[in-house]
Amino acid sequence: MDLSYGSELEAFREEVQSFLAANWPLSGDDLKLSREEQTRAFRRKATDAGYINRSIPKKYGGSEQPVEPLKGAVIGEEFAKAHAPTEPRGIGTMMLVPTLLDRGEEWQKEKFVRATIEGDIVWCQGYSEPGSGSDLASLKTKGELIGDEWVINGQKIWTSSAKEAHFMFCLVRTESDAKKHAGISYLLIDMDQPGIDVRPLKQMTGSNEFNEVFFTDAKTPKDWIVGKPGEGWLVSRTTLKHERNGIGAAAGTINLLNGLVELAREYKIDGRPAIEDKSIRRGLAELEGYVRSHQYSGYFQMTKDLKDENAGVIQLMNKLNSTNMGHMIAKLAMEILGDDGLVAPSSHGMGVGGSGAAGWITQYMSSVGVAIAGGTANIQRNVIAERGFGLPRDSAANRSK
Amino acid sequence: MDFDLSDEQRLLQETVGQFLENECPMSRLRELFDDESGYDPILWKGLAEMGLAGIHLPGEYGGAEMEILDLAVVGETIGRAAAPVPFLSHSLACQAILSAGSDAQKERMLPSLASGEHLATVAFAEAGGQWLPDQWTLPAPNGTTGTISGAKEIVEFGEQADYFVVGLAGGKMGVVNRNASGVEIQRVEGADRTRRIARVSFDSTPVEILEGGGMEAAERVRDVGLVLLAADAFGGASKLVEMSVEYAKNREQFGVTIGHFQGLKHQLSNMAIEIEPARGLYWYAAHALDHVPEEATRTAALAKSHLCDRYSQIARDATEAHGGIGYTWEGDTQIWFKRAMFDRVFLGTPRHHKDRLADMSGW
Repeated sequence: MDLSYGSELEAFREEVQSFLAANWPLSGDDLKLSREEQTRAFRRKATDAGYINRSIPKKYGGSEQPVEPLKGAVIGEEFAKAHAPTEPRGIGTMMLVPTLLDRGEEWQKEKFVRATIEGDIVWCQGYSEPGSGSDLASLKTKGELIGDEWVINGQKIWTSSAKEAHFMFCLVRTESDAKKHAGISYLLIDMDQPGIDVRPLKQMTGSNEFNEVFFTDAKTPKDWIVGKPGEGWLVSRTTLKHERNGIGAAAGTINLLNGLVELAREYKIDGRPAIEDKSIRRGLAELEGYVRSHQYSGYFQMTKDLKDENAGVIQLMNKLNSTNMGHMIAKLAMEILGDDGLVAPSSHGMGVGGSGAAGWITQYMSSVGVAIAGGTANIQRNVIAERGFGLPRDSAANRSK
Repeated sequence: MDFDLSDEQRLLQETVGQFLENECPMSRLRELFDDESGYDPILWKGLAEMGLAGIHLPGEYGGAEMEILDLAVVGETIGRAAAPVPFLSHSLACQAILSAGSDAQKERMLPSLASGEHLATVAFAEAGGQWLPDQWTLPAPNGTTGTISGAKEIVEFGEQADYFVVGLAGGKMGVVNRNASGVEIQRVEGADRTRRIARVSFDSTPVEILEGGGMEAAERVRDVGLVLLAADAFGGASKLVEMSVEYAKNREQFGVTIGHFQGLKHQLSNMAIEIEPARGLYWYAAHALDHVPEEATRTAALAKSHLCDRYSQIARDATEAHGGIGYTWEGDTQIWFKRAMFDRVFLGTPRHHKDRLADMSGW
């Protein structure tokens, strides 16, 4: 057991620090640029220096660095400390770019990768449908090849950023005769066309992060497909060996718990600061146990990655673990808030404008959303039991193949 | 960056695990569980011959010169196996003499403990859950020798130990020979029959005070103890999850193995997610005792409170997952269920350590 990074990486850390000291925030004439342009200019420098877009080849605008998770972790820590921008966060950089790099045609990589990582193109993901949630492969949105174009009809739901997105990567049923999974293709679709109608979906917190997307004879060129027709399911499962930052995974939860401690200092229970209440203190201690477990578990998984060893069933637990902690933290926040536990949620979400009651109410509600988005908690439990323990697959899931 | 056990530590776990599987298989474990004394001197001697009676002691006293993390990974293995051996208290008694004894005392006392020739235990608890050094009230004599009077509760393998390390007021610790005058050892029927307990009382009993000791030394013994209990809890809870998964793969109802049913799958996943991510709590706390002293006390309290809480709940869930057989004496889960009860109480309940943790966190 050794939690130090070693002298080589500490030297690398100093390099990153001096790069950041010199380049962020920007100075001189650069300050006349808009906020967005400043971010863009900085990202270019950070890419040139090899600190971001590390897994992307140079010819597509990346910095093409060898896979070194510890360097990735050091960069992540230092950029976070300096509040410096990293790669644009979003479904495009996180999901589409790795998929294209692995399975895309050369022209697709050239057309989309650089523009996506530089933030010129925003993507949305067309996966879920009203009738296809956990059972995603039952999706019905239909694509028909007519001449040189795919003609698409159907509906997607829970589509984040559909209003802003330039393009969608979308799972569409194109092979009507094929079995469930084998009938799906992975299409890229221009969102700016008359056949597409985007309607915002108001969620229980009152804000609109999601949309419904309706396709009525929407069109996309024949070659805007990743993989062959019928390979869409496999293409969507593509995962690349990239720098998984096991340390960063717990950082958000640690911040949330720290915020909760602050909240307990601000609020009173029975006329005394909540932080002095025994049950609140024990609740915080219990959460500390979960949060530190999660943090160490991230260290452990990163160590296993570095050694090219399998970390085991723990890898299947990260999402459910985060979900559970989010619930527990939100519940204790409600205990602390007392009567403020009935106010309306903040439209800004957490983190913006401090840790006031409305922000915590948003956390209370959105932590339920986390249990549903990206694979529900119950599906996660199935995955742990089936893939982790080797218990038999759910019989209903087997029947519908 | 290496947050993992070393190859040597894994080998140590494998070797100890294999030894226990050979020398104390379930049939033998059950014999000892139902036995009146519950102690197998030959089994303990076998572990001592592997160097486990003094892993963490310096070589000059016959120890294996390893770290607390090495001691703790053995603790995990013993917890997995539910081995009925006096590892916990003997290790703590050795730690007490190492931390608080003078050089001469260490030279005189430790070698026969490290070799397993003699068995030692700790007598810390006083009535009312007073486990920790700052709660000890038994008056210590002035000077190195003198006598003590009073009683200690929940002394692990108190009936078998040759020596007691007794916690005294002010965090002092003294060594008492079991044959000394005024020592009375009273068996207590505990639930956990893999770790027998006794009440030990002293009436003007001669004691030898560990000369270099004080609150700090006693607190180190406490922290090592908390880490060992946490390790035992992790090992036992992991074993219970595995046993429950195995049972789900074999037991049939409605014409299929019960592992087909989603209700049980989810229960098993929930059990696993409670314990699987938490191994690092005891690893880090053990590591801190040797390498990050400023964090050792806090992380030991965290590891003990969290892992013993999780173990208690998983023991209940595992029993339920085993259905009727889980509730019988004949079923095996009860053995770990009761170890969870022991781990939870010994050296103070999770509640107490959460309160300590909150204080130490500056909340």
